[in-house]
Amino acid sequence: MQINTTLDDHRVAKLAALAIGLHLLESIMPSPLPGVKPGIANIVTLFVLYRFDFATAAWVSLLRVFATSLLLGNFLSPTFALSLGGAIMSLGVLGLAQYLPRQYFGPVSLSILAAFAHMIGQLMLVRLWLIPHTGLAYLVPLFMAAALLFGLINGIVTSHLLAAYPKPAD
Amino acid sequence: MKALFSQFKFSRILIGDWILFFAALLLVIFLFKTYWHIESATKLQIRQGDKIYATLSLNQSRTLLIHGPLGDSKISIQNGQVRFVSSPCRNQYCVHQGWLKHSGQVAICLPNQISLELLGADKPFDSLNY
Repeated sequence: MQINTTLDDHRVAKLAALAIGLHLLESIMPSPLPGVKPGIANIVTLFVLYRFDFATAAWVSLLRVFATSLLLGNFLSPTFALSLGGAIMSLGVLGLAQYLPRQYFGPVSLSILAAFAHMIGQLMLVRLWLIPHTGLAYLVPLFMAAALLFGLINGIVTSHLLAAYPKPAD
Repeated sequence: MKALFSQFKFSRILIGDWILFFAALLLVIFLFKTYWHIESATKLQIRQGDKIYATLSLNQSRTLLIHGPLGDSKISIQNGQVRFVSSPCRNQYCVHQGWLKHSGQVAICLPNQISLELLGADKPFDSLNY
């Protein structure tokens, strides 16, 4: 059986592979608090959103979530659900935020917004499903502070990457 | 090194990015203030045996002697705080508890059957487990 693939499919596959690599690299890094992670794979999502379009970014992000969970062996586990929930939330916010005026709002804004959405999505899942306890509220400020810090750093990295690899002339 | 440093300038952060960053920072600070807020207590409730001995304001300077099965426990209220000054019990856990000032804090003297509990506007949890 032969699946006919287009050039776009190859591009999505290459970019998703890059995101998967970064995600795997991050998964072996120790974390002070479960859930506090830099989310460096989102740099790829953001880069793709700017270089290509939203559909490609969504493909790359969701492929990354599914493929990484298969590689790490947590497909359909709570970890996977959190990863998917965060990815869907941040894609939703990126889908809206991409229409912000580009001369004022750069990758840093989009990265912070995406990181916040990612964290809020995960916290909602945890609160409603995994740990239905009000004591979770105590951790909310820490998680949001981490999201702000890593969102800022990822945004700066993305803007430098975009400048370092300018769009090839069509 | 200098080339690397000059490459890493922050000029790529646009005005809207700064505004959004500071708005987000304010939100995070607000979250810390809301969820990590420890309330100062306003009232003290003293229990003697199985009944409430008195509910007093913390806004006073006062020393009380409360009678228990072992003898008198001395309690001091000062600057919105309260503590056991002395107790006839053997372990002296209640005295070592020191000054209490946040709502929800308790000092209990089991041998002498006296407890102090600080109350605020709303009652917080006395323990959480995950």
